[in-house]
Amino acid sequence: MRQTLVEKILRAHTDAAEVSPGEIIMVRCDVVMANDVSGPVAFRAMERMGARRVFDQEKVVMVADHFTPAKDAASAGLLRSLEDWCVAHGVTFYGQGRGGIEHTLLCEEGWVVPGAVIAGGDSHTCTYGALGAFGTGLGSTDLAFCLAFGEFWEVVPGTIQVAFEGRKRPFVTGKDLILAVIAHIGVAGGVDQVLEFVGSGAESLTVDERLAVANMAVEAGAETGLFPADETTAAYLRGRTTRPWKAERSDPDASFVQRLCIRLEEVPPLVAAPHSPGNVLPVEEARGTRIDQVYIGNCANGTLTDLRQAAEVLRGRRVHPRVRAIVVPATRAVYRQALREGLIEVFLEAGAIVAPPTCGACFGGHMGVLAGGERAMTTTNRNFRGRMGSRESEVYLANAWVAAAAAVAGEIVNPAELVSSEVAGWS
Amino acid sequence: MVVEGTALVIPGDHVDTDVLYPGPYLNIVDPQQMKRYLFEGLDPGLRDRLREDTILVVGENFGAGSSREHVPLAMQAWGIRCVLGRSFARIFYRNCINLGLLAVSCREGAEAARDGSWLRIDTGSGLVEVDGRRFRMRALPDFLLEIVRAGGLEAWARGRLAGQSSRVEAGQASQRR
Repeated sequence: MRQTLVEKILRAHTDAAEVSPGEIIMVRCDVVMANDVSGPVAFRAMERMGARRVFDQEKVVMVADHFTPAKDAASAGLLRSLEDWCVAHGVTFYGQGRGGIEHTLLCEEGWVVPGAVIAGGDSHTCTYGALGAFGTGLGSTDLAFCLAFGEFWEVVPGTIQVAFEGRKRPFVTGKDLILAVIAHIGVAGGVDQVLEFVGSGAESLTVDERLAVANMAVEAGAETGLFPADETTAAYLRGRTTRPWKAERSDPDASFVQRLCIRLEEVPPLVAAPHSPGNVLPVEEARGTRIDQVYIGNCANGTLTDLRQAAEVLRGRRVHPRVRAIVVPATRAVYRQALREGLIEVFLEAGAIVAPPTCGACFGGHMGVLAGGERAMTTTNRNFRGRMGSRESEVYLANAWVAAAAAVAGEIVNPAELVSSEVAGWS
Repeated sequence: MVVEGTALVIPGDHVDTDVLYPGPYLNIVDPQQMKRYLFEGLDPGLRDRLREDTILVVGENFGAGSSREHVPLAMQAWGIRCVLGRSFARIFYRNCINLGLLAVSCREGAEAARDGSWLRIDTGSGLVEVDGRRFRMRALPDFLLEIVRAGGLEAWARGRLAGQSSRVEAGQASQRR
């Protein structure tokens, strides 16, 4: 029978006879994840459900990342309750200083393998699609149910297959590709669907770039963004995981809701202007827009690839005197490797702040929120009104090249104006 | 299931969970405290217009963005029992159903409603009445209705743990949304 990749994954995780778009099925989880925001709300719900223990201690993992290091006493209380709960239930806990931003971390740590189903108490759980897993974001009550029973109800999604063909231009990254997709299908274009990324351009992306693409699938409304596993996936997983997996892909004649092709030669560096990730325009069209703060980090673009790109721009240059630049390595491992490569030194020398791994200011929590009238250029995934602070602030989303160039120029510029494109070719 | 009430229209499409409940207040776990920040990034004045029988009327892709259940939890803490929308973002929609908060998609009905409109939503007949005019809602699958009727996924789960509600098996839960 002809099946899409997501149908194959869900079929392997359900007892339901019928797995076709629109059917409601119960789906078994391989991993259930939550953080200091979604976890504590879920624990209370789980208790009220009457469940005293989790369905499988080996399959539950908690990460302290949103309000870390504790922003205030209330946040410290949340973090305390998260840790205490993990100890009481005997599940894996990545505490402060031991992990980092959940989605980058779980990939690094081998929790995510192709074909797995991962329920996460965070909308960007779709990031795991980068490794061919059905990672999907759920709310706290869903999560409570997952913790208790190891499954969730799911309306089987359809698939929008996106073919990336050709070769990227200099200074174009995974970020630009997903912004191009969102611009094409709209911020609600993926509701009730998964995005599936195929084609020579998709296969040529590194895992870091795939993380950036899959991460923003939810910004198109989609449940996840799947990259079928390939050699790149296998190479990344080697030494990280002992979980069994096998590579699957959609049958060529499977039924897709929509198929679209994006020619990579046609995609320039892009930005998403306030106040929607769908408000996408070429960086050239935003040129000259004054910037007060640059933020390089988050679960989409706080990888080593991003930090290397930012460092390439900032090496030997200074952050514009009017600008604050904040660099947030996504995980401890990324931080440490950046340190080894001298990237942290480059950032400090340029006058940037290097923050600990945290979700921090990305969601307006702490560690770099914006004042009214301020404008930020960030590598994050959301630029909703007030997302990073004051309701009167603005956020532009872009890749790390563009963000770092804005830090130097004090305004939006094409990174090609600062760095030669040969340099951009290597990553 | 029938819900009747008065419309409060939240204008616009793609209204995101960040404006509905901004990030800085995510360190709150008690819904009675969450309710103070509902609509804080959108229009805090909306809180003063909530009545006992308010049914929120919303646009396209309402609740886009974050998985934060704080939004429907705060709505529920205000006594809101139903949201009528042109369409909903996935996680927000799930969260509503899981909390026993009826979320109904009905494009024409949501467009017809004005502030103060009298609404009657009947999941049995599948009809949304707006000041006497009738519109057909997007059918709510029996399984989701069962969760809402139980009072949400918590109550439904309690039933399952107590063995009162059998495990949802293939075929039994299988139905189209």
